[in-house]
Amino acid sequence: MSARTLFEKVWDAHVVAPQTADTPAILYVDLHLVHEVTSPQAFSELRERGLRLRRPDRMLATLDHSTPTLPTHADGTRPYANAQAQAQVTQLESNCREFGVELHGWDSADRGIVHVIGPELGATQPGMTIVCGDSHTSTHGAFGALAFGIGTTEVGHVMATQCLLQPKPKTMAIHVDGQLPAGVGAKDLILHIIGHIGVNGGTGYVLEYRGAAIEALSMDERMTVCNMSIEAGARAGLIAPDDTTFEWLKGRPKVPHGAAWDAAVERWRSLRTDDGAHYDHEVRIDAGAVVPTVTYGTHPGMAIAIDAPIPAATNAQERRALDYMQSQPGQAMQGTPVDVVFVGSCTNSRLSDLREAARVLRGRHVASGVRMLVVPGSEAVRREAESEGLDQVFLAAGAEWRVPGCSMCIAMNGDLAQPGQLVVSTSNRNFEGRQGKGARTVLASPATAAASAVAGRVADPRPYLVEAA
Amino acid sequence: MNPITRIHSRTAVLADENIDTDRIIPARFLTTTTREGLGKLCFNDWRYLADGSANPAFPLNQPAARGCSILVAGRNFGCGSSREHAPWALLDYGIQAVLCSEIADIFRGNALKNGLLAVVISAAEHRWLLEHPGIELTIDVQGQFIALPDGGRIAFQLEPFARHCLLNGVDQLGYLLQHAEAISAYEQKHQELAA
Ligand code: SF4
Repeated sequence: MSARTLFEKVWDAHVVAPQTADTPAILYVDLHLVHEVTSPQAFSELRERGLRLRRPDRMLATLDHSTPTLPTHADGTRPYANAQAQAQVTQLESNCREFGVELHGWDSADRGIVHVIGPELGATQPGMTIVCGDSHTSTHGAFGALAFGIGTTEVGHVMATQCLLQPKPKTMAIHVDGQLPAGVGAKDLILHIIGHIGVNGGTGYVLEYRGAAIEALSMDERMTVCNMSIEAGARAGLIAPDDTTFEWLKGRPKVPHGAAWDAAVERWRSLRTDDGAHYDHEVRIDAGAVVPTVTYGTHPGMAIAIDAPIPAATNAQERRALDYMQSQPGQAMQGTPVDVVFVGSCTNSRLSDLREAARVLRGRHVASGVRMLVVPGSEAVRREAESEGLDQVFLAAGAEWRVPGCSMCIAMNGDLAQPGQLVVSTSNRNFEGRQGKGARTVLASPATAAASAVAGRVADPRPYLVEAA
Repeated sequence: MNPITRIHSRTAVLADENIDTDRIIPARFLTTTTREGLGKLCFNDWRYLADGSANPAFPLNQPAARGCSILVAGRNFGCGSSREHAPWALLDYGIQAVLCSEIADIFRGNALKNGLLAVVISAAEHRWLLEHPGIELTIDVQGQFIALPDGGRIAFQLEPFARHCLLNGVDQLGYLLQHAEAISAYEQKHQELAA
């Protein structure tokens, strides 16, 4: 058989019926992740058509998007943003009961953001196809899974048939050579990559991140990179599984154990792209040239080095973006006054992200007038962070320490910024109004976010990290 | 889904590039559990001023845009989220077709599945349409062309399967369900492999 890429191996292994001139392929789905926002209409449709779930055992549900991140009231009620948010959560609870789906709800010790808990539970495994009604499903590609977001109609398709109709995407290799400099992380790298290939540079492609700098990343960092593949227009991004992957997964609740684990690792090792395999497009990135990177406009492709001058607008759209952000061409983002800092989201809410933020904040204080929210990605992350005392670091610095959820990443649950406020955010989207109507978002790494909270202005984290080391 | 063979309307133009799904329908409205009634929220933060009145600067609030069901949008329309609320909101608002030189992948798939005709045209033709708002067009799904008032035509291509489904009102879930046997066979083989 000719040399194949990682993507092609996973794709080929899941074809139920191949693509023809007239019809897309029918692709089997190994794992279907579900949350409260994009599933209710699909459950209703199933009910109306008298259909059942084909494989409830291949589904995993959680509550994250509309859920409050403030603790339960004394009377046991929860501080939902509004009755509709509460109704949406209640509906997922009853749908899961009715259809027999495993739900990590309020009483679960594993509840959290869907893309954080899938890997934590070991439900996410190399070589799988994974879908969810959420575009950041690409996160799971960090494990060498083909993982992508789908719409609600497709959620219904997977529920009823465990399959999707899919045209085969093209492949793009993103070679990241060299080594990331000290104080520069995975978030800087992916913002740099998107700034380089553009907000639609990946449209129609599945990205494979590879090269020395990628292999050197931890699993948390790989998830950060794959998470934002969609922000370059790609549906999915993958990284070949290796020893780092296997070590991270070993012993997690849903992975095989004993001899079955060894057999699985054996299988997973064969997934990496064969030498000489062909990609439809290739891009080279020099990791050594990446510096702390932030966004200055209203999509993630408008990303630059924190100390670089903001480019002048070249068209009406860019002018509108700069106006909205009140960004000044010729000036750097560094030094821009900050109102709110958010550390969280499926991009950057794992333990290593919180450690990174805490490293900057330890012994320091959030600048007066700045509000900082730290929202762990899952109950497991919260437990670990608290056992390390990270919560105390955040609280002592004057930040808020919340319970897990999507929170200000999507601002559906009442956590949001006011019109005109500038938010330095570790999330993945800086669209107009994403964090509240009129709110201005600057995407950044956890270290940059924490440094900006301390400085009260967008700040380069490197001096803080050096002092902290 | 009802079959869609042709759409006839004047065009409304939203020239901004990268109009993302948060602009089409802001996330705070996603707490709904139905598909209905999202039209009044479509483009909400752009369409209304803070006091709830219509924003005169929003192009679709112009009298000339009223009743138009063909939207010509700036490049990379629909980028961002996989939320199907975006095409639901557009359809409920009265948009039946979006013409653009580049349309975000997931949005386009979602749109076509709901009978919102998301059509990609060449950059030059796109530019021309952006510069000529209010022009009367007929989109012919069968023939895969857009008829201009002067008799000219803009050709476009849909994936054969998407086109087939639009023309015949085919429900894709029904199509998938017909493959139940192949799916079972696959599952059997797959389970052996994974064992
Ligand atoms: S954290 Fe943000 S991007 Fe991630 S699943 Fe939640 S809303 Fe989506």
